[in-house]
Amino acid sequence: MQIIPLFIAVPLGAAFILAMLGKARHSLIDLLANIVTAFLLILAISVIGVKGTTTYSMGRWLPPIGIVLVLDGLSILMLVMVNLISFLATIFSISYIERFTAKAKFYAMFMLMIAGLNGVILTGDMFNMFVFLEIASIASYVLVAFGTEDEELEASFKYMVIGSVGGLFILLSIALLYGMTGTLNMAHLSQIIASKNFGIGLLFTSALLIAGFAIKAAIVPFHAWLPDAHPSAPAPISAMLSGVFIKILGIYTMMRILTNVIGIATLGRAWDIMLVLGAISMVAGGLLAIGQWDYKRLLAYSSISQVGYIMLAFGLGTPLGYLAALFHLANHSIFKALMFLNSGAVEYATETRDLQKMGGLSERMPVTGITSTVGTLSISGVPPFNGFWSKLLIIIAIVQAGRPVYAVIAILVSVLTLAYFLKVQRYAFFGKIKDTLMNIKEVPVPMCISLIVLAALCLIIGLDAFRIIQGTNASWFIRVMIEPAKEVLVNGTNYVKTILP
Amino acid sequence: MNKPGMTLIVKTIVRISTSLILLYGVYIVAYGQLTPGGGFPGGVIIGAAFILLCLAFGKEVALKKMSTASASILDSAGALIFLGVALLGYIWGTFFLNFFPNKGIPFHLWTAGIIPLCNIGIGLKVSVCLFGAFIALVLFRVAKKEN
Repeated sequence: MQIIPLFIAVPLGAAFILAMLGKARHSLIDLLANIVTAFLLILAISVIGVKGTTTYSMGRWLPPIGIVLVLDGLSILMLVMVNLISFLATIFSISYIERFTAKAKFYAMFMLMIAGLNGVILTGDMFNMFVFLEIASIASYVLVAFGTEDEELEASFKYMVIGSVGGLFILLSIALLYGMTGTLNMAHLSQIIASKNFGIGLLFTSALLIAGFAIKAAIVPFHAWLPDAHPSAPAPISAMLSGVFIKILGIYTMMRILTNVIGIATLGRAWDIMLVLGAISMVAGGLLAIGQWDYKRLLAYSSISQVGYIMLAFGLGTPLGYLAALFHLANHSIFKALMFLNSGAVEYATETRDLQKMGGLSERMPVTGITSTVGTLSISGVPPFNGFWSKLLIIIAIVQAGRPVYAVIAILVSVLTLAYFLKVQRYAFFGKIKDTLMNIKEVPVPMCISLIVLAALCLIIGLDAFRIIQGTNASWFIRVMIEPAKEVLVNGTNYVKTILP
Repeated sequence: MNKPGMTLIVKTIVRISTSLILLYGVYIVAYGQLTPGGGFPGGVIIGAAFILLCLAFGKEVALKKMSTASASILDSAGALIFLGVALLGYIWGTFFLNFFPNKGIPFHLWTAGIIPLCNIGIGLKVSVCLFGAFIALVLFRVAKKEN
């Protein structure tokens, strides 16, 4: 599998070439950026269906000494999500970023962020993961401040301070793990952790890891940066940040390290913290979202709430719980990217984010209006859209695990979700159009393409998932994408056997 | 006090020492695989030499030696050299392969395979990046004063 390093090398190279092309024509820059993301998407699609675990030793240095890249079911799912959303975000950017001056710099930072995300997904080395995590984070700090208005700089600074604290937690825990075991390779770490009893030291390290990743994933009470940072970024970046960024840097890394490296059994009862964190995020994010009048800020709070769902399902620790968490993660990537791009389209046309100043936009912007309705129905869990199935699976998984209280909370928050998204629909898209908005037009074609593709994906995955009734494997999407990823998590610390023979 | 920069004493000493500091930085980069040092520390020393120029003579003199546009291009070029060396390994079959022969003879310059090449890329990147960050801070302060 010679193509595995290309996931990191291609966007990294593109980032620096784009940085050199600062003064070139915008059409050339657009073309280059879109070719790169399309190429990455094709690469990601080409690895779908690769069975088992493929490893790639960098420079022929074998693990545990050298750095090893690992491609398994979980990484494939994440790679496809990242590169799909980034491809659609770059198409959206063609028209959207014309409003800003430095398009080449924007794409350069965007590519750096993709390189970081792909690196975090693929690497099999703890410290290497930290480096890629920081590459992606630093690129995102810049992108949040891209508008360079006061509000954006403040949001970016806040994000940077809190993000760095999160990074330091992770670095400290890596240092402690290295001190305890003397290795940084994930598989080797797992082997040593399983063979000795580290007692309270390992629990302390896990607590640091969970805190660090929870900051990156914006789980309540570590969420303070997200409601400022995500709305301040340009819309394609908000879509990337809410769609995949918090999930890769927070949830994926947590899944990988806690289940595959440290092992759930080692953590014992401390594992229940995941359920509590997930439930708190769900409720707090939902309640805070209701009161918002800023379109993008509302979406940002909704991201916190939905990530809570993923955490809750993951925290159950049962195979169905993993399946539901991964399915909801994939679905949320798609519809939250769609909704942020919708908010970007509305902002592009009306130049406001205040819901009270909008109204009746469906009349003038039919594509944005319809795709936004699709997004709303998906995220609120209305059949036949994809969100319904993943929320259903989450609730079934919770009930099966014997924790009915959490199931009730999940259902109530789902109603809450419908409530605040109906508010968006009511104030922004339905009703009578305001006089000040009589002259607005539908957004340009590239932006519409992104919206339509994402909305179509919501519907297709939802229709495909109807076959869940015959068993989860009957659905194509679950069988091909989610099931192999679930197997990796269910396998737990057997991960080491697939890498170190 | 019309002339930019610091006093004559500082300028004279900087004029003499800058070239030596640059040379030392290049040495640290080039011998990185044999002695303590390497691309990053060497790059920092080279960058510091430019910052010293900037402090002693004012930013105009330093920007004449290295403009922001060329700094930005060299910065990317350093990173691309590093990536290019890594990609060259594909010709021999593996990403990041150390493909040069004659590895591991002590005290000889070209016996570390691709590591000196990587060090040159890193040195270029770090030195220009440090200088660029310093210049950015200087220019940013001036822009704010105009407001």
